[in-house]
Amino acid sequence: MSFELLGEAIIAGVLLGCFYAAVSVGLSVAFGLLDVPQIAHPAFLVLGAYGAYFLGSFGLDPLLAGVLLTPVFFLVGLAVYRFYHAAFESRGTDAGLRGLALFFGIAFIVEVVLILSFGVDQRMVEAAYIGKSVALGDVRIPMRMLVAFGVALVLITGLSLYLSGTFTGRAIKAVAQDQTALALMGADPVRIKQWAFGIATGTCALAGALLIIVAPVEPGLGRLYIGRTFCIAVLAGLGSMPGTLVAGIILGIAESIVLTSLGASWAPAVAFGLLLLVLAVRPAGLFGQR
Amino acid sequence: MTGALLEVDAVTKRFGGFVALSEVSLTVRSGERLGIIGPNGSGKTTLINCICGSLRSDRGSIGFDGIDVTRLASYRRTRLGIARSFQVPRPFSSMTLAENIAVPLEYVAHRRSLHGADVSAEARSILARMGLANRADAPTGSLTQVDLRKLELARAMAACPRLLILDEVMAGLSSVEVDEMLKIILGLSRQGVTIMMIEHIMRAIMRFSERVVCMDAGRVMAEGPPDHIVQDSDVQRIYLGV
Amino acid sequence: MVERPAHLAVKRWTSFIVGAIAILVVALLLARVVGNEYFFFAGYVVLQFIVLATAWNILGGYAGYVNFGSGAFFAAGAYTAVALIKAFAAPLPVQLVAAAMVTGLMGFAIGAMTLRLRGIFFSIATVAIAVICETIVLNWGFVGGARGATVLQPPAPAFFTSYTRLLFVIMTLLAVLAVALARYIETSWIGRGLRAIRDDEEAAESVGVPTLKLKLFAATVSGALMGIAGAPFPLYMNFIEPTSAFSLNYAVSALAMPIIGGTASWAGPVIGAILLGSVQQIVTVTMSSELNVLVLGLLLVAFVVAAPEGILGLARRLSGKAGAR
Repeated sequence: MSFELLGEAIIAGVLLGCFYAAVSVGLSVAFGLLDVPQIAHPAFLVLGAYGAYFLGSFGLDPLLAGVLLTPVFFLVGLAVYRFYHAAFESRGTDAGLRGLALFFGIAFIVEVVLILSFGVDQRMVEAAYIGKSVALGDVRIPMRMLVAFGVALVLITGLSLYLSGTFTGRAIKAVAQDQTALALMGADPVRIKQWAFGIATGTCALAGALLIIVAPVEPGLGRLYIGRTFCIAVLAGLGSMPGTLVAGIILGIAESIVLTSLGASWAPAVAFGLLLLVLAVRPAGLFGQR
Repeated sequence: MTGALLEVDAVTKRFGGFVALSEVSLTVRSGERLGIIGPNGSGKTTLINCICGSLRSDRGSIGFDGIDVTRLASYRRTRLGIARSFQVPRPFSSMTLAENIAVPLEYVAHRRSLHGADVSAEARSILARMGLANRADAPTGSLTQVDLRKLELARAMAACPRLLILDEVMAGLSSVEVDEMLKIILGLSRQGVTIMMIEHIMRAIMRFSERVVCMDAGRVMAEGPPDHIVQDSDVQRIYLGV
Repeated sequence: MVERPAHLAVKRWTSFIVGAIAILVVALLLARVVGNEYFFFAGYVVLQFIVLATAWNILGGYAGYVNFGSGAFFAAGAYTAVALIKAFAAPLPVQLVAAAMVTGLMGFAIGAMTLRLRGIFFSIATVAIAVICETIVLNWGFVGGARGATVLQPPAPAFFTSYTRLLFVIMTLLAVLAVALARYIETSWIGRGLRAIRDDEEAAESVGVPTLKLKLFAATVSGALMGIAGAPFPLYMNFIEPTSAFSLNYAVSALAMPIIGGTASWAGPVIGAILLGSVQQIVTVTMSSELNVLVLGLLLVAFVVAAPEGILGLARRLSGKAGAR
């Protein structure tokens, strides 16, 4: 691979990586911080993408649709966590096998419902910034990637500030580490976790909109993103927001280089390969300590 | 038989930046009854976890009966003769009491050499010794706190240990129940089992121990016969809150 | 439910073996007597699900480690068979053994990488393997790549009027073997160790259970059986292509059938597979296949939450009430 190609691949990889980080922040919260085996996260992302598609058919801008759908997804998240908590956590039974099976079932149901309502064909949205591109020296960068990059940075920075700057945000971080400290703060762990899970699910609306801006979506896309999102959440380590961004960029660059050198069909395997590598070498992640 | 059975040498364990154990050294003689006291968070349970292999120590070595077990998997240490109880009882909740006992019987005591029927009979006789004979076929979910502790003890005993490590087996029991447990444990000691017991209930520690080790902030702070330890001014300050 | 005296255990095995042989004889008779070819076509699928569900349950049900990638093991078995047919025109028994070896190794490898970690990492790794396997097959021209490959059925032996009937009988044999193996594991010291792992891994280790070894064993056996379930698939279909071989339907069914039937005992996956497999075969004809998998998903969630012990557990509770015990 030539030097210029490598440079282009890295630029494309950074943009792609920030987008990947955006679709993974919700999982970093739900799995990294709350320890909920949320394998339905990618399915909710795809659901968000189809939400943007559906509203887009009425002429709404996909990003605006994503923002509008965020509260709806937040409420869905509250409900899902309430259900999960009532079924497992509160009974103190082994959520392990059954919790995983539950979220797997939810993911599966979302996928099939999408197939039944929209069919298996790929869908895409229209917006002024999709299809255009800007020149950066010799490199042409698609506008949609820049949009995704910008929105991703805003989303991650916002969430990061929320978690470290507000009382609730700090409580969410505490819930992961020290339940007694949380009790001392006078907060109810269950309500905090429910709130946090709502936020985690809420991010899927906007991130889902990014998903369909960046590329066409189809109902089964969630399965590919199980690899990407978990790879990033694990590589980031225990819900670290800066970690999520760095992990996203690492994956983005890796995928981008593989894409340029080996071809598009190998790209999906990169995330999973990296995930297996991380699990084997450093399961606590780059920024985690366990 | 007064040689050292367990030798813990300068064991250190860190969790991130927190030092849970700092160069802890400890020797337990064969047949000894050792009590371990110390405030919460002083590293008692971490020490047990390192001895039993649930945690790997960062530095230092652990020898058992002349064998270096520092890097050995937990189940191998159990097979060598180290058994433990957990602070919060952890029964196999999908099994009956007898099946709970059958696990160590099959995996340690008889390693595949017995037929099902014999394991069952032996499990029942172990339960009977703990006074749980009539609950042998009950699910563990139906047990009271004291019975859960007894099951925990019975399951550890079924692994035929030479060293039995008890992590607060009496916490939350009434004083009658404490006496009952103590009687069982002293009975095991008379059969030649070496016993390490972590306990907060001083009455039990005083009656049980030949020697007491007091831990604080990941270190061994004092050790000696029980009546000396309670007189020790540091122990009184840190642990007994006097 | 503790150990019965030895002679009783022998007696129970005797009746199990007699039952198994009876089932095989019935399958052979059916292959001669029944005229409708569709019966064998549908029956094969149900039997294949019995193997798949039983295989999943050995690791998932007994030890509590959830495999989401059953479809990949199934497809790896199928593609091993295709590769052998293309390369050496290997006979079916060789395909079966090779498929079991390949997917058993896959199970072992994933296990070795992730079974030291918490259960969810194993589950995600199985999704990973599914995607990686699919990518490899898509890029592997020798077995047809994305276009798929046609596999010709050899002529059926004289006893059978069609090759599908032979495959039906072979799948019956595989199902019986898989269930017998699962039953052996379940009732032996291995099964008790796996249950101890599912209940509390650290406690299991503390009473001498070599947890990692047992999990690796279960992952290997489970993987091998899934591959063997997939091995005859190319000959059964006469054709194979990645999308149908890696269908999510296998991954979901392999997990939903044991959970709905009941994971505690070998009978659970069998009941789940027969029930759901047959319903699927009947319903797919009358209803869209998407709607039918949606029902499977909804049933899965309902059982996970409301009846974690599955149909077996429900039946036991009912009979317990009726018998007033």
